Amino acid sequence: MPLELLEFEEPIGILLKEIEALGLLPKTPEREREIAELRDRVGSIRRDLYANLTPWQRVLVARHPSRPNTLDYVALLFTSFSELHGDRLFADDHAIVCGLAEHHGTPVLVVGHQKGGGDTKEKIFRNFGYAKPEGYRKALRAMRLAEKFRRPIVVLVDTPAAYPGIESEERGVAEAIALNLREMAMLSVPIVVIVSGEGGSGGALGLAIGDRILMQEHAVYSVIPPEGCAAILWRDANRKMEAAAALRIGASDLRDLGVIDEIVPEPEGGAHTDPTAAATLLDEALTRALEELARDSPALRLDRRYDKFRRMGSVGLVENDAEPAAGEG
Amino acid sequence: MAWFKRNRKPIEANADRASRVPEGLWAKCPSCAQILYKKNLVANLSVCPKCAFHFRLSAADRVSSLLDGPWTEHDATLASTDPLDFEDTKPYKARLEAGTASTGLRDAVIVASGHLDGYPAVVAAMEYGFIGGSMGVVVGEKITRGIERAIAERIPVVIVSCSGGARMMEGTLSLMQMAKISAALARLDRAGLPYVSVLTDPTTGGVTASFAMLGDLNIAEPGALIGFAGPRVIEQTIRQKLPEGFQRSEFLLEHGMLDTIVDRRELKATLSRMLRFAGARRDAAPPPGPPPANEPDTTDTETEVDAPEPGPSEAEAPAPAPKGELTEPPPSDQAT
Repeated sequence: MPLELLEFEEPIGILLKEIEALGLLPKTPEREREIAELRDRVGSIRRDLYANLTPWQRVLVARHPSRPNTLDYVALLFTSFSELHGDRLFADDHAIVCGLAEHHGTPVLVVGHQKGGGDTKEKIFRNFGYAKPEGYRKALRAMRLAEKFRRPIVVLVDTPAAYPGIESEERGVAEAIALNLREMAMLSVPIVVIVSGEGGSGGALGLAIGDRILMQEHAVYSVIPPEGCAAILWRDANRKMEAAAALRIGASDLRDLGVIDEIVPEPEGGAHTDPTAAATLLDEALTRALEELARDSPALRLDRRYDKFRRMGSVGLVENDAEPAAGEG
Repeated sequence: MAWFKRNRKPIEANADRASRVPEGLWAKCPSCAQILYKKNLVANLSVCPKCAFHFRLSAADRVSSLLDGPWTEHDATLASTDPLDFEDTKPYKARLEAGTASTGLRDAVIVASGHLDGYPAVVAAMEYGFIGGSMGVVVGEKITRGIERAIAERIPVVIVSCSGGARMMEGTLSLMQMAKISAALARLDRAGLPYVSVLTDPTTGGVTASFAMLGDLNIAEPGALIGFAGPRVIEQTIRQKLPEGFQRSEFLLEHGMLDTIVDRRELKATLSRMLRFAGARRDAAPPPGPPPANEPDTTDTETEVDAPEPGPSEAEAPAPAPKGELTEPPPSDQAT
């Protein structure tokens, strides 16, 4: 049983253990039937659980250690990937990967946060996906290459946050993110953004400006991690479940609010249960987005990209002509 | 056994307003503890005359300190609908109401246009007293409209940041305001128009990681806290105390993130020189005499500046403008 189960998947865990135990016994037709029945029950319980995920459970799924990461999707969605390293200024940040690749034979640039699956060593090497300023600068350098050679850009977003450490501040992580926001708004080539895991505030947004924002069904995208929000507003990080609900960070909420364009379905039980199936579903949406965008002229694309972000938040605006309660001169 | 007993509780200092100019006649400088006559302090742009400590300035006072004569506020009636129906220990709506009650504003920014030392300009100033100056959809929209106005009128933009960052109570929509404003700044940039970012205490989070760091020139007031992650978050990450002066203006200057640090009393003159360098159009010299007591135009009317025809943008020599065009016409009643 290779999958790591989340706390809310405990009922499944019990059944899986039972299946495992039965599998160790000598095979009989009766036992085979029993195992098949148990597997059916696992499937139906999982369906139920994943159809009714609470906001906090969504966060756990989005952070699942076995959830396919950027390099997993690179291997599943693209061919002939060659990674580009370094920002030509300071260093190569391993928490963001960039590279040339082919998508069904068309050259594209792939950029994404890399959390580092597998062992702890790999996770540390990737700094758990916490990118530093040089990561954002490397991404912009690579994206300018794509613009120069008129190649579309595919972005995969999966980061807890930009790295909150001394060297990050010293080297201007805020400036690096800000510049990406401004310059990505003006890149003349198509940009498709896929929020595939954790969309962690400014660290995510720093790569997430594009013509299409796709979001996988169980990904989250938030202004602050629920724990951080709970610590500040509730003064208690343990109120993270309430914070996760209040922040409305799931895919369907964000589509309703106009933050994302499209929800990409995942296999039952989340992308981590079947990465290949997840990639196939993702590829369908990505191919369609790239085809649609290729039809528009660069000028039209830029205008639409501007309008898209220009409208964000208009759901929350109202003209209030009433006299403010106090304080006016 | 003591001979005398203290019967009354000691008088407690009003600690919750330490960094703002307190009400009343006197103020105490939190830096040098000097007792200051409030009128003198205000006349000194809320800078301690003894140690140059910069008190936090309200958005209205900030705009008045930068623009000549009367100025016009834009989109003053724009307000948040509470799009997430957010509630933590308090409903967000109650926080909004409290912010309005204490500042007289609908949200955490004033966007105004007027003349900065004769240069027509859009000036935005954030109000820390309104939910920590945080940026939600209203702040994002007002600043974006201000930038678009500047592009349409081909005039410079000055944004004075004073903010804890993106507003949590509007969730991911707040985050998207960073993208929205930055996209507008991209257009301003490509239009060849100047943008000066002024960073004041504090400027953190999503505000720093978007428009505050995107100035053609980034200038800060002395001693301001400027950063992306909050100091406490960083301390938790690295599990050690942060060095003295970390994330202060002087630290950022030393690390190459700021063009310069300017004392508030020199800010307007510095901005004026920068706008001259940038070739901004200048309508007229500022009106002579002491700076007039500015009242924010609290009506939501927007009066177009009745400026002379714009000359070539390099023409920085102030043409003697005809009398009567030095200041704006009185606000009309028509809403736009």
